[in-house]
Amino acid sequence: MNKYTLSENYLTEITDPIAIETKHLNVFYGKKQATFDANLKFPKHKITALIGASGSGKSTFLRSLNRLNDEIATVTGEIKYQDIDINRKNINVYEVRRQIGMVFQHPNPFAKSIYENIAFALRQNGMTDNLDQRVEKSLKDAALWDEVKDKLTTSALSLSGGQQQRLCIARAIAVQPDILLMDEPTSALDPISSRKIETTMQELKKNYTIIIVTHNMQQAARASDLTAFFHLGHVIEYNRTKKLFTTPKMPATEDYISGHFG
Amino acid sequence: MKNSVNKKAEHANQIALLIIKAMVGVVVLILMALLGYILITGIPNVSWHFLTSPSKDFGAGGGIVNELFNSVYILIITLVISCPLALGAGIYLAEFAKPSFLTNTMRTTIEVLSSLPSIVIGLFGYLVLVIKFQFDFSIISGAFALMFVNIPLLTRNTEESLKAVSHSQREAGWALGLSKWRTILKIILPAAVPGLVTGIILSAGRIFGEAAALIFTAGQSTPVISYANWNPFSSTSFLNPMRPTETLAVHIWKLNTDGITPDATQISSGASAVLIIVILSIILLSRFLGNYLYKKMSGTK
Amino acid sequence: MNKMQQRLLHPSKATRQDRFGKTISLICIGFIMILTVSIIGFIAIHGLATFFENHVSVMQFIFSSNWNPGQLGKNGQPQVGAFAMIVASFAVTLLAAILATPFAIAVALYMTELAPKRGAKMLQPVIELLVGIPSVVYGFIGLVVIVPAIRSVFGGTGFGILAGSIVLFVMILPTITSLTIDSLQQVPDHYRKASLALGATKWQTIYKVILRAALPGILTAIVFGMARAFGEALAVQMVIGNAALTPTSLTSPTATLTSQLTSQMGDTIMGTLPNNALWSLALVLLIMSVIFNLLIKVVGKRGEMKK
Repeated sequence: MNKYTLSENYLTEITDPIAIETKHLNVFYGKKQATFDANLKFPKHKITALIGASGSGKSTFLRSLNRLNDEIATVTGEIKYQDIDINRKNINVYEVRRQIGMVFQHPNPFAKSIYENIAFALRQNGMTDNLDQRVEKSLKDAALWDEVKDKLTTSALSLSGGQQQRLCIARAIAVQPDILLMDEPTSALDPISSRKIETTMQELKKNYTIIIVTHNMQQAARASDLTAFFHLGHVIEYNRTKKLFTTPKMPATEDYISGHFG
Repeated sequence: MKNSVNKKAEHANQIALLIIKAMVGVVVLILMALLGYILITGIPNVSWHFLTSPSKDFGAGGGIVNELFNSVYILIITLVISCPLALGAGIYLAEFAKPSFLTNTMRTTIEVLSSLPSIVIGLFGYLVLVIKFQFDFSIISGAFALMFVNIPLLTRNTEESLKAVSHSQREAGWALGLSKWRTILKIILPAAVPGLVTGIILSAGRIFGEAAALIFTAGQSTPVISYANWNPFSSTSFLNPMRPTETLAVHIWKLNTDGITPDATQISSGASAVLIIVILSIILLSRFLGNYLYKKMSGTK
Repeated sequence: MNKMQQRLLHPSKATRQDRFGKTISLICIGFIMILTVSIIGFIAIHGLATFFENHVSVMQFIFSSNWNPGQLGKNGQPQVGAFAMIVASFAVTLLAAILATPFAIAVALYMTELAPKRGAKMLQPVIELLVGIPSVVYGFIGLVVIVPAIRSVFGGTGFGILAGSIVLFVMILPTITSLTIDSLQQVPDHYRKASLALGATKWQTIYKVILRAALPGILTAIVFGMARAFGEALAVQMVIGNAALTPTSLTSPTATLTSQLTSQMGDTIMGTLPNNALWSLALVLLIMSVIFNLLIKVVGKRGEMKK
């Protein structure tokens, strides 16, 4: 395996308005460090892809942004959202997660009906007015409405994997978060379902800031505006997607995207 | 040479497998003989009269109506007091406990409680509930003693049922901004219902047959009670939780230990048959309900 | 500070819910712990009174077989010797375990190795039913079937250790079986495949590979069964004969710790020596159940280290 200089990196300047930003973010699982000194700015209404080999720390980084790692890891550094460092102790993590929604690698709908999956999320967040319209809107936004409108009361678990994942997206956006984190949302799905979700993302970015972890380089190249390349827990390169894939600045990035990695 | 070794091994193999199968046969025969004996000798003694008349201490022809009611009543009270505690403890262990010395101590304590002989629990109940708290021999004392028997089982069952719910369900709740507690109440507990229900019903079967924890807490006799008196504070009411009570299982033991009832054997075999039938129904119910709930929840119809 | 920042910085309903939920569930488990500790404490205090208040020596309690706490012996000491009960308790426990273990292993092997699908489907209900039958019913059957049978074969009353062991054998059989099944199922499948691929017969595979790999688990299962046998009260009390005498044979009436407690506790008065002596028996039971528990932990740990 080639050795790369992990301490050097190339981070492009972001001039657009920033939705969320990390400063010197480190994540530790016990004594093992998974993410090193990550400094990334995520612009509003853009799709940012995090790429890298397995174990590169990209998922760990993503899960730290909405404090979902609290239980299992120690996260140090700053996560700046709404001009507040939300990685502090006295922060209301429930409100953080409410504003920063998440879609997971494996679809995880609740064992409830399709309708109830979304209505439940709405009710729990006090959004009980116009329930039917809200459910319909979020299903439409997730491009699932036409497929399920006639069977809203059937169990969500009877849907196909791709439909379940879009239901999870619908559930996440129903509560109107500000940022949407997606942790390899298509890795468990077939290519057609994956494509549908990519199309959905392009629609969603009009209203949301999306940060997506993917191990699929084509997906990153196709669907994202910016790309960050992670290697062994370090952010090696962060640039406009087009630039990163056509003129990578770092040798590690170049090797990774050309398939000569490791 | 090699062939003869193989042959010998093959021979040993067949004999060993045959012995195993024979022993399995013996176990099955033992169970069939047991159930057969209880049902065949017992059921002829079970009649409408038997099920609906009170027991007699010194004369023949007594029934088991009070014992049957007492067993059901004490079972219900036991479940009412033990389920919330076990549920809370199970939730703590499955959802909140982090690996630590304290958590280990909690688990060990529950293991110790579950390994305590039920007669020891009964004696503790006698010492503390009957004598110290002056509850006397009563349904309440008995139910508390049974609670101790029931809690370790139910706690473990709760913990296991909750842990069987995929972690991704928890993350789904947290990612929506729900508190951990809300996630547990609204997502994890409903998903764990099939396992919880099966566990509770199975524990009910065990409680229904338990006697050792009761003989020094609930007592070994039933006063004259009236099924028309619905005032639980009246001493003759069947609902009075402070009256002494003899359950069906205790009745069987008592009949065979004192030996003053002339038809003790007939009554015991009838009562055993009733006890077994109730417990078998409980086991079947738990299976059926567990499967039904599971199917209903997973959406595979 | 805008509204969003306010919400991020201040605790909300969810914060309170979590504090509430954690507290409530912690109270539940704390309550259970307090109760368990108080059981042990109360029984220990009462059980030790024989030695501290009535000044009976521990050695006499364990090794003398004169149980007559109401009267003084020749040496002017109260006759509180639990030797007979301790011996009888261990005897029924060991005998039952010796009887049950081969059958339990056979059933477990049949369900996991010989006929995993059909066998498990057929035998699982058998195990569940055996667990479900209450101990008084086992005692009753022992009384009306086993005791007369022993009487007609061996003479005497029929009551005694043999009858007790047979009843306990059936009672602990399902316990040992289901735990043995668990440990057999944990033996990795490639052990079986490797052994069979080397040309070993099924029995050789079972005997030399599977049972050896599962040994710690099987030992744990046996200890669990023994703990259950040791603590069982009513079924044993109904068939043991209830005479506090050192057993002279397997068919002579005797008493175990549990049976003595069951039959005598109602006849003694709180605070008197005969009553304290019974609490001492309960204390022995308690100590034994803790020892069984430790044993299970030790055996289980050893099994883990091997793997």
